[in-house]
Amino acid sequence: MKQRHKKSSLVFILVVPAVILSALTVYAQTNSCIACHREMGDELAMPAEAFKLDVHQEFGLSCSDCHGGNPAEEDVDLAKDGTFEGAPLREQIPEFCASCHSDSSYMRRYNPSLRVDQLDLYLTSGHGKLIKEGDTKAAVCTDCHGTHGILASSHPKSWTFPWNIPDMCGRCHADKDFMKGYRIPTNQLEEYEQSVHAYALFEKKDLSAPVCNDCHGNHGAAPPEVTSIAFVCRQCHPSTGELFSKSPHKTVYDELGISECEACHGNHKIFPPSDDMLGTGEKAVCIECHDPDSKPYQIASRIKKLLDDFIQQTDSARDLLEQASGKGVDVSNPMFKLREANTLLIMVRNLTHSLDIPAIEEKIQEGEKVILEVQEAGQAALKEATFRRRGLIISTFFVFLLAIALYLKIRLIEKKNQAK
Amino acid sequence: MNRRNFVNIFLGSSLVGTIVSFLYPVVRYILPSKRIEASIKKVTAARLGELAPNSYKIFKFGTTPGILIQTKEGELKAFSAVCTHLTCNVLYESETETILCPCHNGRFDLSGNVISGPPPAPLESYIVEISGEEIIVSRKT
Amino acid sequence: MNKFLKDALIYIDGRFKLSALLEFAKKKKVPEHKHSIWYYFGGICLFLFVIQVITGILLLLYYSPSVDSAYESVHTLMSRVKFGWLIRSVHSWSANILISAILIHMFSAFFLRAYRKPRELTWISGFFLLLIFFAFGFSGYLLPWNELSFFATRVGTDIAGTVPLIGHALKNFILGGPEISDVTLPRFFWFHVAILPLFTVIILGVHLVLVQVLGMSKPISLSDDKVREVPFFPNFILKDMLGWLLILVLIGVLCVFLPWEIGQKADPFAGTPLGIKPEWYFTFMFTTLKIVPSHILFIEGEVLAILGFMVGGLLWMLVPFLDKKASKEKKSPFFTWVGAFILLYIIVFTALTYLLPNL
Repeated sequence: MKQRHKKSSLVFILVVPAVILSALTVYAQTNSCIACHREMGDELAMPAEAFKLDVHQEFGLSCSDCHGGNPAEEDVDLAKDGTFEGAPLREQIPEFCASCHSDSSYMRRYNPSLRVDQLDLYLTSGHGKLIKEGDTKAAVCTDCHGTHGILASSHPKSWTFPWNIPDMCGRCHADKDFMKGYRIPTNQLEEYEQSVHAYALFEKKDLSAPVCNDCHGNHGAAPPEVTSIAFVCRQCHPSTGELFSKSPHKTVYDELGISECEACHGNHKIFPPSDDMLGTGEKAVCIECHDPDSKPYQIASRIKKLLDDFIQQTDSARDLLEQASGKGVDVSNPMFKLREANTLLIMVRNLTHSLDIPAIEEKIQEGEKVILEVQEAGQAALKEATFRRRGLIISTFFVFLLAIALYLKIRLIEKKNQAK
Repeated sequence: MNRRNFVNIFLGSSLVGTIVSFLYPVVRYILPSKRIEASIKKVTAARLGELAPNSYKIFKFGTTPGILIQTKEGELKAFSAVCTHLTCNVLYESETETILCPCHNGRFDLSGNVISGPPPAPLESYIVEISGEEIIVSRKT
Repeated sequence: MNKFLKDALIYIDGRFKLSALLEFAKKKKVPEHKHSIWYYFGGICLFLFVIQVITGILLLLYYSPSVDSAYESVHTLMSRVKFGWLIRSVHSWSANILISAILIHMFSAFFLRAYRKPRELTWISGFFLLLIFFAFGFSGYLLPWNELSFFATRVGTDIAGTVPLIGHALKNFILGGPEISDVTLPRFFWFHVAILPLFTVIILGVHLVLVQVLGMSKPISLSDDKVREVPFFPNFILKDMLGWLLILVLIGVLCVFLPWEIGQKADPFAGTPLGIKPEWYFTFMFTTLKIVPSHILFIEGEVLAILGFMVGGLLWMLVPFLDKKASKEKKSPFFTWVGAFILLYIIVFTALTYLLPNL
């Protein structure tokens, strides 16, 4: 009885760990695709190296999940079994990726929040339509996302991270030779890089600034139609858009087929708007349509004057404060108040889109109240500076009198000493 | 009067004048004047009854602006008025009962959280207390 | 009126027994010669110190020594308190003028060999006063808790931390921890308004007693000559006061036309501003440390430089015992050269800090 127990326990102690260990070894065994490709070096090794950083790898996927084949087989012919698909052709790539990415029950397992309509959108896009027509130069998934080292868009090194997108699109769209034959311009990247949006993105690191896909769409990328440009801008500038929609310009622009915001601000080379754009001066946009005798011309000129006057008042209030500050008086409190005037100025500039002069005047009146307060404080500060100087003169006067008195006293005493 | 007396009187009076002109600022300095708030830990933002329901006021919290809001229900809330996007001053929009930044339309709810627009972070919220007739706003930490 | 004063004096003398003191004071004389202008600088230092005490006590009324409110209290002082701008600016300007006066006083005493026997202890106590006032300047500079002062303090204490052996403990003690933190400001305040004034009272007391008892030292070149002498009371004191009045006017002009700035509130997490440096009286040491090579033989350059300064300071303090010739009333040109070299070094390196900030 005892011997049998000994034997079965021996089996238990030896066999079970062996089974577990070999299972673990099999599990830990390197993928044969990666192992072979690494050894081959150069171009064929690149996919294996790049895949190390790939987002799919993080989710436990590997070569065979896309390309098929059997990664457990060391022999290459056996590895490339019946399920092996190899590298798809360019025009096959969208469907290739969509085989997983459009399958919502599959995607749900890995990332339920990811969209699954990318292929549908892509087929409506400029790129998708060209691919359907057989033009393989058009962009497919891998052109924007990469092939084997695909990073999630939230990763700063990903080609689809906001500040990488302009250059990524520009790889094709700014290449004159590549774009020969397509009837679209190639200066968009150059223009965008001069814009206030590019400044916000690259200099101020403001990731909310728009890049190509924010206005053009990403998978369903197509140039926005004339009527839709304004909706696109309104995504971030809704109050301006609303004010514009209430203005007489809206119906006229729509009738004439002019694209609202773009008409005055441009599309790619959007500069920070200057006050010179308003009114009837050389750089003004109003005179591009309106003749000198017309009512709109007069309105334009009135709006500019209101704005200019307000700015002038703000500037002179600021100068007053700086004058006082230069004289040594602390003006941080009224400077703080002046911020309010600046906020109101921004709101007035926004209001110009409505062409509503009474509304503009009302805002300006609010601002004028603030400026009045600031000016009073500035005047008080200047008075304080004068008070300080007067005080200095008075005390210095007494000190000099005292110094003279002392000097006389000293002379008197010394004479007395000499006499002694 | 002889030389000596003249010099002594001259000395005495100029000494007194000097001392007075130096003592005057010191006395004004020491005497308490109207309430000065030195610390930014606590600020009187407004007086009771100053704000109507569903309206707001910008006040000074140290060296930065703050916004004091009385909600429709009469609750008082206070936040930093500096928008977390590009530091414009925010305001309170009574129609939507949200805090709005007019520069790029950032919008915050009445807990200071970002509802829409580009601001990357919520507005710093302050503690509001009522002391007598005064509404006192203070920092959380 | 005169009778009243006479009676008052008799009353006080009867109780404080001051007549011996007064007799001594009446007899006290000050030599007058072509170098006697330097005698005024000691009194100027004392006068400026008194101004610092008075304005410091006044500032205590409104200043708050906590990181949450220090900056704001200074801001309130400058913008809302009546004449707060004046009291604060006087305190800040006088601090700098005081340090200048101390340096002039020290070097004039050096070149005139005032340190020689029997005035060795006057010199040594004066040396300690120099260190105390440097500490006053360093601790006071942090109190407004603005950007410049925060980072200047960090730079200064980092250097203190590199002193061999005791550096780490020293830095810890000064800062109240391994880094500048919330507890550093109250600690510096404690140093500035309590500990340092206590030491000053004691050591300044010794210094002044010695000066009164021993009188003014005459330059060696005149030690044999018969030099004209004037009574300390009232002649010299009145001339002293004349000098003080001129300084008062200078301070007034500086405060009205160049009030001391408030600066930006310190943000420990912000990047160090470019070109940060300590107050001007430390810059000659600061620039020396910047340009010293990183290693000399096997010793770190910075450590060697700090040790060099410490040894130099020690030798400077012991100069009354090193200058044997002067103690025998003989001229010692070697020490004149040494002093001139040190003075030149300080001036050149201070100037370099501002002229070539990117060394």
